This record gives sequence, C-alpha cells and structure tokens, in this order.
Amino acid sequence: MNRAALLLLADGRFPAGGHAHSGGAEAAVRAGRITDAASLEAFCRGRLHTAGLVAASLAAAAALGAEPGELDAAADARTPSPALRDTARRLGRQLLRAGRTTWPGGQLDALATVFPRGLHQPVVLGAVARAAGLGPEDAAYCAAYESVGGPATATVRLLSLDPFDATGVLARLAPDTDRVAGRAVRAAREALTDGVDALPAASAPLLEISAEAHAARGGRLFAS
Amino acid sequence: MHLHRHHDGLGGSGAAAHRPDGTRRALRLGLGGPVGSGKTATVAALCRQLRPELSLAVVTNDIYTREDAEFLLREAVLPPERITAVETGACPHTAIRDDISANLEAVEELEERSGPLDLILIESGGDNLTATFSRGLVDAQIFVIDVAGGDDIPRKGGPGVTTADLLVVNKTDLAPHVGADLARMAADAKAQRAELPVVLQSLRGEAGVAEVAAWVRERLAAWQA
Ligand SMILES: Nc1nc2c(ncn2[C@@H]2O[C@H](COP(=O)(O)OP(=O)(O)O)[C@@H](O)[C@H]2O)c(=O)[nH]1
Ligand SMILES: [Mg+2]
Repeated sequence: MNRAALLLLADGRFPAGGHAHSGGAEAAVRAGRITDAASLEAFCRGRLHTAGLVAASLAAAAALGAEPGELDAAADARTPSPALRDTARRLGRQLLRAGRTTWPGGQLDALATVFPRGLHQPVVLGAVARAAGLGPEDAAYCAAYESVGGPATATVRLLSLDPFDATGVLARLAPDTDRVAGRAVRAAREALTDGVDALPAASAPLLEISAEAHAARGGRLFAS
Repeated sequence: MHLHRHHDGLGGSGAAAHRPDGTRRALRLGLGGPVGSGKTATVAALCRQLRPELSLAVVTNDIYTREDAEFLLREAVLPPERITAVETGACPHTAIRDDISANLEAVEELEERSGPLDLILIESGGDNLTATFSRGLVDAQIFVIDVAGGDDIPRKGGPGVTTADLLVVNKTDLAPHVGADLARMAADAKAQRAELPVVLQSLRGEAGVAEVAAWVRERLAAWQA
C-alpha cells in the first residue's frame, strides 16, 4: 500500500492528456442522452459497468505483470470501434510519457521501446501503477474511477452543469466503483493462470457507435 | 519481449533539446494571445516568409477542432503533412501549460513524419490574457495582441504581455479606425516588459511579418549555434 502514489496517479490533474477527452459524454450530450445530473449518473453507471470494468481488469492484470502485448490484443478485441482503439492508444502513449518522467525506471522505458505506437491506456495504467509501487487493486480503482470521472468533468464544461451536482454523481457511484474494482481484480488474477480470455468483455454498443460518429464530425470540443 | 530499438520519442518528457541521435531537435515557438488578434494570420505569414529557407511545421490548438488548421491548409502555406491540429477539450490553456502531452506528441509525430525540422510553430487556441506556454513544450513564446482589442491591454499587463519572449501588437493599420494610441501602447508595453522586445505590425502593410520573421531567425540561429 502506497496511498500517496495512488492519489497522485488518480488525480485528474495528472498530466496524461485526459482533459481533452469526454469518455463519450460529448456525443451523449449532443444526442440528448445526457441533459442533467440524473442522466449523467445513468450514463456513468452504464460506462462504469462496461468500459470501466474492462479497463479496470486490464489495468489490474498489467499491474500484476501480465504480458502487455497480450493485454493490448485483448483490449483490441474488446473495443470494436476503430476510433476508440485509436484514442486508447493515443492516451496510452501520453500516459506512458507522463509515467516515465514521474516514476523513472527501466520497465516503462522498455515498454516505450517495444511498443512505439503505444498500448491501450488501461494496459499502460497498470504498468505505470506497478512502476509507482502500486498494486492491482490500485490500478483497478484508478481505471474504474477514471471511467466516470472523465465524463463527469466534461459534462460540467459541456452543459455548464453545477459542479457540485457532478461531484455528487461520482459520490453516489462510489459503491458501484468499489464493486467494479473488486470484480476486475478477481478477473485479472484468473487471467494470470487461465489467459486473457478470463478478462471481462462487457461492452456498451452505443458508446462504440457514437464514438465513431463523434470522430467523424466537425465542431467538437473533446477529442473523444 | 524482443528489444530491437524503435524510435521512442525524445526521452522521458520530450523537452530534451536533442534527438536520440544527438542532433539538435527543431526549435519550438508558441504563439498565444486573445481570439482574433492575428495568431493564425501571423503563423501563415511566417510560413510563407520562412519556408524557402527553413523546414518547418505547425501545430494548432483549436477550440472547435480544426478551424485554424483548415485555414492554413486552404491558404496552402505548408503541405498538409506539416500541419497538425490538437484538440483541447474546451480548455486551450490546459493543453499548452498544465497538461502538454497531446502537444508534445504532435510535435514529435511531425518530426517523425517529415524528418528533421528546423522550426515548429505551436498556435494556442485563443484564450484570455493569462494563458502562457509551458517551458516543457516550447523554447520561446510570442504573445499576439491587436490594437482593436483595446489600447489599454499593454498597460493592464498579465503574464502573456509581461513575460512572453516577444510581444506583437498586431493590426496597427486599424489604429486610426478604432482610436487606438500606438505610441501609448508601445510605451506601456515597454514599461511592462523592460528589456523584452515588442513589435508593432500590420499584416496588411508593406512590411507585414518581416520584423517577427527576423526575430525568429535570430532565435533559431541561437538555438542551432
Ligand atoms: N486589418 C488587419 N486585420 C488583420 C491583421 N492580422 C490579422 N487580421 C485579421 O484578423 C482576423 C483574425 O485573425 P486570426 O489570425 O484568425 O486571429 P487568431 O484568432 O488570433 O488566430 C482575420 O480576419 C485576419 O485576416 C492585420 O494586421 N490587420
Ligand atoms: Mg487562430
């Protein structure tokens, strides 16, 4: 347990490029699916139990030391949208850059050398957590929390939503976030013995479809 | 893991002054300032002026995706592969100061794609007077204001006006139309900036961007020395 490092990695101000992404919230706002705090909460709950769970399990597995290339392939298989795969690798490269300078060391340098085009962000998140002296639970929590924290922050900007309401949404999702992180770690441990197919493959088709539409449209504020 | 070596960026953060092969990387200049002051027009003019002698590229940071990049493409100031648009999630100042990762990636990709460059211009999405570039992203920054934005801006100061390596007061041709006092703007700027240089320019005038281009050449010569 290295609690201060966990706070640093989970902090939304950690400079890894996340601020330019809405986690699908901008597309959902445009489509009228997020209009207020209640619909933001529903959106985030759905994202947490699908994309969030998958990301958390990938991060936990990477933190446990699973092979990054295999995890990256598993992430690809769980991400139908090419635009989202692209985004995930871009964010992975950016996180790796931030991680390498924040917690310098050979393991992350090797990752940058072997995978110059980048790895899915959750895989890098797990590796960075490991480099920071954190464990699989920490990595899973970071990924799960990030899966809802990003859309909530973006919605404050997109809808001028009351920031206290947005924070309240995240607080109400805390018990779900705990459960998702727990499930993710159990699955990651299974994957160590049974292979990456043991990782969850929950998906949210609407997130994938709207990510494609979002990537193709002009006049957007967030990259994804 | 097979460890044959790929290009892996410029070391940890990307601020390092040398490429992995030991040569000096491109000089990175940031252009900031309020919306509409003439940043994109200055970038376009600099590209036209400098492209015969330098190999250069541009990164834009639009508030709404690709407006500036598309303007530069339409004007054909550089080939398309030399222009990259970074998206900023409604916070253009964050992307150039607090979290520079997307911009660092963009400048590195430009050099990877185009081979070694001499100069990369990074335009910030227009923001307020407090926006400045991180030293981790740029080697020097130009702050562009214009006479139509109010001739009291140099007096009011703010980090851009006071600390930028070059302050450009643009659109001097409009001064008579908006009742701006150029002498006062110049004097106020001098008072705010002590020894730091100020250029008053009109891109509509004969001299155009020449003085700023001369400043860029000087910076580049110092960088490459
Ligand atoms: N009159 C005049 N207009 C200018 C000058 N420089 C730029 N503009 C115009 O000012 C407007 C905004 O310029 P732009 O470069 O897009 O501003 P940016 O938002 O700072 O990038 C455009 O219509 C330009 O053509 C100048 O020196 N004089
Ligand atoms: Mg512009």
